[in-house]
Formats: sequence, C-alpha cells, structure tokens
Amino acid sequence: MDEIRKRFIQGFIILIAILYIGRLFYLQVIDETYKLDAQNNAIRKIVQVPFRGLIYDRNKKLIVYNTPVYDLYITPKKAHVQDTLKFCRLFDITRSEFDSLTHLARIYSPVRPSLFLRQLSKEEYARVQDAMVDYPGFSFQISSLRTYQSKGMANALGYVGEISPERLLKEQEKGNEYYRQGDYVGVTGLERFYEDELRGQRGEKYVMVNSRGVEKGPFKNGEFDREPVAGKNLISSVDIALQDYADSLMQHKVGSVVAIEPSSGEILAMVSAPTYDPSKLSGRTFSKYFQTLNLDPLHPLINRPPSAYYRPGSTFKLIQALIGLQLGVISPSTGFGHAGVPMKCHCGGTSSSIQLGIKNSCNPYFYNVFKRIIYNNKEQNLFKKSAVGLQRWNDMASKFGIGQELGIDLPNETKGKLPSVEYYDKVYKGPLRWKFSNIYSVGIGEGEIVINPLKMANVAAIIANRGWYVRPHLVKGINEIGNIDNKYKEHISAGIDRRHFEPVIEGMVGAVNAGTVAAEARLSDIQICGKTGTSQNKHGQDHAIFIAFAPRENPKIAIAVFIENAGFGGTHSAPIASLCIEKYLKGKVERKAMETRWMNKSYLANVLSAKSASARPNKEVKATVEKDSTIEDYQLRNLKEELFKLDQANKPKAPVFKIPMQPQAVLPKNQKIAPKKTH
Amino acid sequence: MKREEQISRNLDWVTVLIYILCVVAGWLNIYAAIYNPEHPIWIFDDGFFDTNSGKQLIWIGTTVLLIIAILVIDHRFYDTFAFPIYGFFLFMLLAVLVVGTEVKGSHSWFRIGSFQLQPAEFSKMATCLALAKYLSTPLTNLSRFKDQLNVAIIIAIPPILILASNETGVALVFASFLILLYREGLPGMYPAIFLAVVTLFILSLIFEEWQIYIGLAVVSALVVWAMPRYERKTKNILAILGVAFCMGLFVTGVDWAINNVLKEHQRNRIRVLVDPDFDRKKTGYNVRQAKIAIGSGGLLGKGYLQGTQTKFDFVPEQSTDFIFCTVGEEFGFAGSLTVVGLFIGLMLRLIYLADRQKSRFARVYGYGVVSIIFFHFLVNIGMTIGLMPVIGIPLPFFSYGGSSLWSFSILLFIFLKLDAHRSQMLSRW
Repeated sequence: MDEIRKRFIQGFIILIAILYIGRLFYLQVIDETYKLDAQNNAIRKIVQVPFRGLIYDRNKKLIVYNTPVYDLYITPKKAHVQDTLKFCRLFDITRSEFDSLTHLARIYSPVRPSLFLRQLSKEEYARVQDAMVDYPGFSFQISSLRTYQSKGMANALGYVGEISPERLLKEQEKGNEYYRQGDYVGVTGLERFYEDELRGQRGEKYVMVNSRGVEKGPFKNGEFDREPVAGKNLISSVDIALQDYADSLMQHKVGSVVAIEPSSGEILAMVSAPTYDPSKLSGRTFSKYFQTLNLDPLHPLINRPPSAYYRPGSTFKLIQALIGLQLGVISPSTGFGHAGVPMKCHCGGTSSSIQLGIKNSCNPYFYNVFKRIIYNNKEQNLFKKSAVGLQRWNDMASKFGIGQELGIDLPNETKGKLPSVEYYDKVYKGPLRWKFSNIYSVGIGEGEIVINPLKMANVAAIIANRGWYVRPHLVKGINEIGNIDNKYKEHISAGIDRRHFEPVIEGMVGAVNAGTVAAEARLSDIQICGKTGTSQNKHGQDHAIFIAFAPRENPKIAIAVFIENAGFGGTHSAPIASLCIEKYLKGKVERKAMETRWMNKSYLANVLSAKSASARPNKEVKATVEKDSTIEDYQLRNLKEELFKLDQANKPKAPVFKIPMQPQAVLPKNQKIAPKKTH
Repeated sequence: MKREEQISRNLDWVTVLIYILCVVAGWLNIYAAIYNPEHPIWIFDDGFFDTNSGKQLIWIGTTVLLIIAILVIDHRFYDTFAFPIYGFFLFMLLAVLVVGTEVKGSHSWFRIGSFQLQPAEFSKMATCLALAKYLSTPLTNLSRFKDQLNVAIIIAIPPILILASNETGVALVFASFLILLYREGLPGMYPAIFLAVVTLFILSLIFEEWQIYIGLAVVSALVVWAMPRYERKTKNILAILGVAFCMGLFVTGVDWAINNVLKEHQRNRIRVLVDPDFDRKKTGYNVRQAKIAIGSGGLLGKGYLQGTQTKFDFVPEQSTDFIFCTVGEEFGFAGSLTVVGLFIGLMLRLIYLADRQKSRFARVYGYGVVSIIFFHFLVNIGMTIGLMPVIGIPLPFFSYGGSSLWSFSILLFIFLKLDAHRSQMLSRW
C-alpha cells in the first residue's frame, strides 16, 4: 500500500517534470517567435542622418553648407524647473507653451528624452548654456541646418524640407524605399535635382534599450551598424560674385537675369527677382515664412528663369533673321520698306540690310522676312503654302530650343510654346483655314510664342558660339569638376551655318552702339552685341527684355535680362545687362553712379498696378486683347499650376514652436515694397 | 567531537551537493538578474551589499551558520519541540499583523534594519514539524475522521493567518500537504477530489458554463452505459448523477466566485492563464515578458550576463519570483533542463531518504519537505512558462530573499539532521 502510494507520488512528480521539460523545449527550441519578440523589446534601430553635400561656386567659394544647430531635449522624469517663469523667459516661450510641451513629452515617455525646442542657433545656445545647470533633465543634441551663403540664388538652389506625404508616396511608387516620414529632402531647385547626390546614405545603429526605453549601449558591439555616408559636394558653375551683383541690381524689380558661358553652357548667374532668404526656409521659421512667401503677389517662390512665361518680343527677330538667311529667302543685303505692312515701326524709314533691320529692330522688315520664310515654297495655294512654310520654320526654330525643354539641371523647367501647324489648325478649327496674314505677329516675337528667360539667354549663347550650344546647366562637377552627365558636355547644333551669323552679330553691335539700346549700356573697351525686346502683355507696361553677349570675338558671357512691366528693353534691361557684363569680364564695375541708380530703380509700382488691373474683372480690357487671351490664359494657368505644385510640395508641417530670439530686420532689403527712386 | 564526526559521516551528501549547486546557481542568476552593464558592481565594489546579489551573499553566509546550528542541536529537539515551534510561529503570524511592515501590499514582514523577514515562510516548516509530530503519535489513523479533522486544523490555521496579512501565494502552499497526507494513509478519494476540483476549475475557465453542463451529462451517460449490467443498479446510477450534479454546482460556484469573490488583479491573473494575450500591458505583461525571456534563450542560451531581457529589466521581479527567466534566457534549454533536473533529483532523493526512515516522525517530515518543495517548483516554474497563474512564491534556493533561503534551508537541514540520526531514532520507539 505504502509502496504503491510512494510510486504514485514519484510518478506524479516525474510527470510534471516531463510536462515542464516538454513545454520548455517548445518555448526555447521550437518556437522562434520569442526570439523576435526579445529583439523588438531590447533592440532599437537608430537612424543617423548623413551630412548633406556642400555646394561651391565656380571659384570654389562655399555657398551652401550645414550649420550646427542645437535641439533641446527634455527627460520629464529628471526635469525639475524651479522657476518656470525664468525658464520661459530664457527661451522666450509662454507658460502655456511650456506646459503643453512638457505635458506632451511626459505622455511620450517620462524617462526617454523627447524634443522640446528645435534648432537653436549657436548664439542662442551660447546664451542659454550657462543657465542650463539650473535645469536638470534638459539636454542639447547637435543637428544641422542648411545654410545659404547668398540670398540671391534662393530659387536656383532651392531649399530643404521635410518630405511631404505625397512625395513619399510617389517615391515609393517609383520603387524608391529610401525615404521615411520625417526625412529631409531637397524640395526645389538644385537641392531637389541633385537630391540623390547631395543626400548621401543614412547610417544605422543598433542599440540595446531597457524596459523603459533608455539606451544601454551598442548591440553586439556594433556588428550590424552602418556608418552614414556623407553626401557628395556640388561644384556649381555659378560665379557667386556675379550672382550677388546681378541680384542687387534686380532689387525692387520683378524679372530675371540669366548669364551663360557660351563655350560650356555653364550658367554664371541666375537671378529670379524678387528673391527670398533661403535660410529662413530651412529652420524653425519655415512654416511662417513659407506662408508669407506663398501669399506674396509677386510670387517670389517661382524660379522665373526656367519657369516663367513671356513673349520674346523683338529678341526673336534674331532667330527670324538666322532662319531667313539659312533658308536663303533673304541675303545679308536684302532690304525692305514699310509699305503695306500692318505694323508700327520706331525706326522711321527703310532698312536696307539685315544688319540695319536688327539694329533698328524694324518691325516691317521682319514682317517681310517672316512672310518670305512662310511663303517661299513650291505650294501654290496660299493656305497650303502657309502650312508648309510654318512647318519648316517651326522645325528650324525648335533647334534654338524654342518650344522645347533645354534640359537644365533644375526641376520645373517649362517648354514654352512655339506655334505649329497643328496649333493653328486647332485655333482656326480645321486645316487650311489660316495663312500668313493670320499669324504674322509671330514674326516679331509677339503672338503665340512663349519663352522663358533661360531660353533667350541660350539664344544669345548660340549666336555667341556662331551656331551651337551646350545645354545650360548649373553644376559643373559632382565632387570634382567635369564629373557630370555627358549631356551637359555635348555640342548641339542650332542648324544654322556659321557664315550666317556675322551679319546678324553686326546688327547686334549696331543696336548697342547706335541703335535701340540706351547709350549708357555701352562699354568703351568691350564690344557688347545685343538685341532689345519689348514683350507685350495685357496688364500694363511692357516687359523689358535684353539679350546680349560679349565680347564680340571669343565671347565669354551671354546674358538675358527680363524686367516685368518696365517698358522698353533697350532702356531698362540693357543697362543692367551691361553692368553684369562689366562685372564679370573685369571683375569690378567702374560706373558707380550708374550702378547705384540701377540698384535703386524700382518698377514695383508698375507691376503692382498691372496685377491689380488683372485682378479686377474688366470687360473692356478683355475685349481689346482678345487675340492674346489664349496665351495670357495659358500663362496664367501655368503659373497657377506652378503655384499649386509648390503648394503641394510645401504643405505646412505640424506646427513647431518658434522662439523669436532677437528682433531681426523686418524684411530682407530686396523685398521692400516701397519704391525708391533716386533720380 | 565524536558526534560531529558521526554527523559528517551520516549526512546525506548527495542532497547537500544538490543544495549547494542550487544555492550557488541561484546566486549567479540573481547577480545576472540585477546586472547593469553600465555599472557592473562586483563583490569588492562600494554599494555591492546594497544590491540584491550582495544581500543574498549575506543571507547565504548566515544560512551556513544556521545550518551548522541545526546540525549541532540534538536531533530529539525537533521532535520534542515540534508543537512549541508551531505555536511560536503562529504567534509570529499574529504579531506580524500588528507590528509588521507592509511591502508591496502584503502586510507580512518584520523589518530589522535594512533586512526583512517574513514569518509566513517559516510557518511552512513549523506546520510540517507539527504534522509530523501529530501523525507520529501512536494510533493516529488518517482514515479516521477525528484525525482528519485535527490534521486539517493544524494545516488550516497558518494559511488563514497568512491570508489575513494579504500574502495569498504562501497560503496556497499549505495545500501541498495533501501529498504528505496521501502518503500517510489519507483515503485516495481526497486527492482525487482535489484533482477533480482543479480540473473542473480550469475547465470552467476555458469553457462556458453550459458547455460543461452538457459535457458532464454526456460523460455521466457514457459511464452508466459502460457499466457492467450487474452494476447498473438504481443506487449506483443515482450516485453518478449526484456526482455530476455536484460538479455542475461547483462549476457554477467557480464562475460566481471568480466574478464576485476574487479581486480584480487575482481575476486577471487567472484570465491570463487561459488567454495569454489578454491585457498585454498590465497583468499579461509579466507572463509575456517571462515567456519572451525564456523563449529567446534557445538551446544553449545567450551566455552569462548576455541576456538582453534580463539585463534591461524587461521581466519584473526577476531576482525573486521570476528568477527562472534568467536561467532560461542566459543558459537556454540546457540550463532549464539542468535546473528542472536538480529539483527532480532533489525531490526523488528526499523521497528515497524519507522512506528509509525508521521513525514515522522523520518520514512524515521528509514527505512534508518534498510536498513544499514540489509545490514551489510546480507553481514557480509553471508561471514563468505560462502553465500556472502568477502566484508570488519563490523558487526554493534560487530566488533572492532571506526569508525564503533561510526557511528552505532550515526545512531541508532539519530533515537531513533527522536522517543522519535515523538509526538512533528507532530507539525512541
């Protein structure tokens, strides 16, 4: 009996032991899920953001870099603020902000540090550092802030911001799994175009954490860690001295300056006026500043050189002349009178050669040139003649990049518009329903032609090179000079024989020396070859355009200057182009009085009145410019689309508490609205 | 001198070896459980004796003294003073209700300086002695109701007092004496009923009431059907139906008790057992983290002091009640197997020793030791691997805690002392 009971008890104990051993075997050896759970518990991945690449100008001057900034973190459990008021005053936050920030941090975790204030500058950090000994539980962590040396290049450089949900989705659809929410990416400009090069490769660090999430050293001595790889540096083709100079000339004006080195296609300067302070878009001030810029009626966020729409005006006559010569429909000595031409002219007489036609920018002359270009073919029917002629002209003009993308290394380049046969067929609701008399305004760069300043600068470069160009680009090297896409090295022919350029250049010399260009734009020792343009628009004063290159032989710079609502190009844009050329070729400007005058000149009143005119629903205006409406609408629509895109890219992020530390200058000088005329 | 030589010769060194292995392994695991890789404190560092592993070292040292004392005291002392010792600890259990300190909601501690003692732990040993004493009285017979009642009273008083100090875990340990009583002749019906109750209890947690009713009905019908024809008398059938009905009542009672008698945290602990994912953050947290720690150990473990779950405090109470997690994580299945093996070896060895006793007192006491150790083993390891509800009782010799180590050492070495003198004990009869 006892023996049986003893066996029974022994058996029971052994049974339980076997059960437990079986269970342990299952838990520890068979079931793998607990190993994963343990990793999730105790191992955390920490992302290390690499240093974004720097950007240099063509002379190796640093123009974009990363400034260290200090993020303030709070560990609520350790944080004891005796004198809250004093603390708030130190960081210039309100009591309620302080309360809500500490509250949020406590909700997140009482023992883990959470972000309290972000991006304190070095100066702010220095100011508060001494006082921090009184506040345990607060710590600083260094991070970096994109800093832009030059204000003038804001739009071309672009800025860096937190990735938007839309962009994130788009990148993922493209199969790019790199980005995470909260990552910083280039939003516009070069920052965006060269994002892949600039951003580098993020590092990963695996650390062990305890049950409260406090870090406890590297996991497996960092076996799985990956060091971050810093981004590549860009060597921009921009001459920052010229850029800043052009920018200062463009203050109080709306428009663009684009300067290109003709032999290489490298962009020397690219000004979009008005500009903004890019530094303010990379820090704590982002949301507020972005709102201000977005609401600005002058649209400072649009990069005008590659994106704005204008009609080329008379600058287009250069292309017309070259096409005419190439086609052989005119010769350098062909002359035309004014008779029978439905256009006004400022030149007052006959232009007896192409050179004079360009020098005087004679409208009837180019009316006739265009007429010959269109009609000089074998077709008999005028409508058919027009269609065939237009097609041929369209093909040739396209080679100048008109109506095409030039392929600049910036996002949002616009094609512009070059009317084609199909286009007119559509406008006139059918083929063979239009002829030269319907389209002649295109001949002088008005009507349905739409370009942007970049294209016209490129046209100047083509003429400077006598027949070819290199795609304009802003970056001449990634990490080292020349390390760029081959498409920025090849020479592209404009389809015009070299010999046809001299007469046209002769005309441009004439225009500068004794023609449509203001006398003050001449340089005594450097021959500028230029062409003025006056781009009509329906809301007020004409846009002033001037394109040029210099010197005449072996040109070093091709330039286009657009000033909105300024008036006549020769008077208002040419002097600015001239000053830029002098600055670039000589390194300094001797004409100080002129320089000051042009820096202070303002056309903002014209621009704003034009804006308000267009804002008002005015039937009268609409009726008179009916013909233009398609283009204007097109322009407006594109502008709106552009703004919408920008909007989308920059949806205001979750608000960040801002600390205005020291009152700064109210506005950057080039944003002052009040016009100041000194002469 | 002569006596001491005798003891060292007669002492069961196998048990002592297992005991030493357990205590040393326990201390190593306590050191690992509180090990902080950023501030590793070694024995000679300042502040070491403020840590659990440091204190445990002191407890181990004092335990050695206690063991020597136990071995030196005359073996007849325990027999003679069994009831006074029992009475003394009953008094302590009462006293602690008045002058005790509350630790983690349990009002069962005496505080002496920075050390705390829990009389409840020692009352197990005292009850064991008292039971041995009572059952060794000639002519006691556990099939007699009077003796059953007296034994029940001896066993029941300490847990009632312990429950009053809100230390449920330790109180439950007294149920383990059922093993002892079974060995000493309690009718097999009692443990059978006990097992049936436990089974039904667990079933009633897993299944709905009505499902169990149907199950009971089906089983009763099957039993009746399977009976040999000559057994199928009205009386027997009625008896079976009566048992089934009682079981049904019990299930209803369990449901009622769970919902109305148990406190919220106790209810949750039971619920976690049947539904491991219930309440992951709070009640389920302990069990889940314990399972993660053990389960992530693998076959051979992560290595001593290398357990991430252990080092970084994911398992609560790891140096005390959940010490087995440290073993499981850092030494893997091999370590778990070793520890389970040590306990099985200890218990089987003790049964062997108990059965070779010539005095009933020593045999009963020996089985008492086995019962207590078995219950702790069953519940403590069971809860860390999710087979038992979380009941805060330590793993003998392993868990951090002076009361636990002292009481188990005293419990064990009194028996070893008795065993060493087993030939002399006979002469007393």
